[in-house]
Amino acid sequence: MGGRKSDLVLLDENGIRCDGRKVNETRKIIIKTGVLKNADGSAYIEFGGNKILAGVFGPRDIHPKHMADTNTGVLRVRYHMEPFSVGERKNPAPSRREIEISKVIKEALQPAVILEKFPRTVVDVFLEILQADGGTRCAALDAASVALADAGIPMKDMVCACAAGKAGDALILDVNNEEDQAGQADMPIGYMPNLGKITLLQLDGVLTPDEFKKCVELGIQGCKQVYEIQKKALREKYFSNEGNS
Amino acid sequence: MKKFESKKRYVTPGDVITTSPLRLKENVILNGKRIMSTCTGLSDIFGDSVRVIPLTGVYLPKIDDLVIGKIISVSSSAWFADINSCYEGMLFGQEVFGRGSYPTLDDMKSRLDIGDLIAARIANFDRTREPLITISGQDLGKIDSGELVKISPTKVPRLIGKQGSMIQTIEGSTNSSITIGQNGWVIVSNDETNGLLKAIDAIRLVDEQAHVANLTDKVNKMFEFEGGK
Repeated sequence: MGGRKSDLVLLDENGIRCDGRKVNETRKIIIKTGVLKNADGSAYIEFGGNKILAGVFGPRDIHPKHMADTNTGVLRVRYHMEPFSVGERKNPAPSRREIEISKVIKEALQPAVILEKFPRTVVDVFLEILQADGGTRCAALDAASVALADAGIPMKDMVCACAAGKAGDALILDVNNEEDQAGQADMPIGYMPNLGKITLLQLDGVLTPDEFKKCVELGIQGCKQVYEIQKKALREKYFSNEGNS
Repeated sequence: MKKFESKKRYVTPGDVITTSPLRLKENVILNGKRIMSTCTGLSDIFGDSVRVIPLTGVYLPKIDDLVIGKIISVSSSAWFADINSCYEGMLFGQEVFGRGSYPTLDDMKSRLDIGDLIAARIANFDRTREPLITISGQDLGKIDSGELVKISPTKVPRLIGKQGSMIQTIEGSTNSSITIGQNGWVIVSNDETNGLLKAIDAIRLVDEQAHVANLTDKVNKMFEFEGGK
């Protein structure tokens, strides 16, 4: 543990990271809402080099029928990386990693969505990774949350996500691909900003208890920045005529 | 109450609308003392209640709602209709042929076949079963003529307007007759093509700009402009 040795300088003496960011700075984030006509809700996110498309269908009839729950609606998430999303061709069949990420994203969204109004139905969330650059699960979760809000699925709160971690012996916000490969720790955090609850927390690497606390705080700061961008994306679609009224 | 609170505000899921102790209506939840929105829409505080008028979402059947449906399957006992919801509307054969009758599949098909449009009312709906619909009643039953326009179900109240002002404007200006299903499906009938197209355009405009204030005036202007051409 503790990262692999490499020639890459993750953090220089001025506190600037390998891609020119400061330690507490996120990558550039762009979110667009309602990009797919045939989906009930959709979103597109560019999170640094990550490009992700999210589509939400439902609530709709559930198939196979045995998955139906008579008390509540069911949430299904599919996280999928395109074969061309990474440097070397990725087999399009779902890998262990994709199945795990689908599961953690589903569990991160579950506390936010209110599906009790829609028994015996399903809400499907499809996440297609068009281009990956480290931190896709956070970016995918951000896009999924906006797409769900666009589909009009009742939600207690938006879910925003951002990673924090450790590289070059410093705590950093929004871990990119190089820092993920060569750094010391990567911790994706999913957060409901208005309820103040964490819905996703994973940690790959080694942190001391003190570092862990600071890392969570840093990650939450990043999540709040993402939240503002998510809100802006929704406002752009639904309230863009605000001035004309 | 503070003045700004009575104004409608644009909200997204999770936004805190107010911390005053108000009655919770549609699309809001209580978290401690804070009342939060659960959807994207306009927050509305009226009297001692608070709600959010959604701008997006699906249709959830309510008893006594008028809906427009499209028959998607027939069996010898019931029809199933697409009512633009996550559930299918179920219309029993006995409802149409009388209690105690046993219609054959051909009887059923001759009355209503796959693809037919119907105006129906939600007779019963609970969480456990598909919604029951009925076509016995005034102005209900098979729709023979008219154009189907699909709008978002959340925009239906806007299309009707306050005391029906919007729909009366559209009907009056184009001489059309319009049946609005609460599920967002609208039937427009007009013998004149021009009037029909105008009415459809107006409905589409309402669908696109439902959140804009003074929409009735805007629709009126649209008709005046076209009339002056």
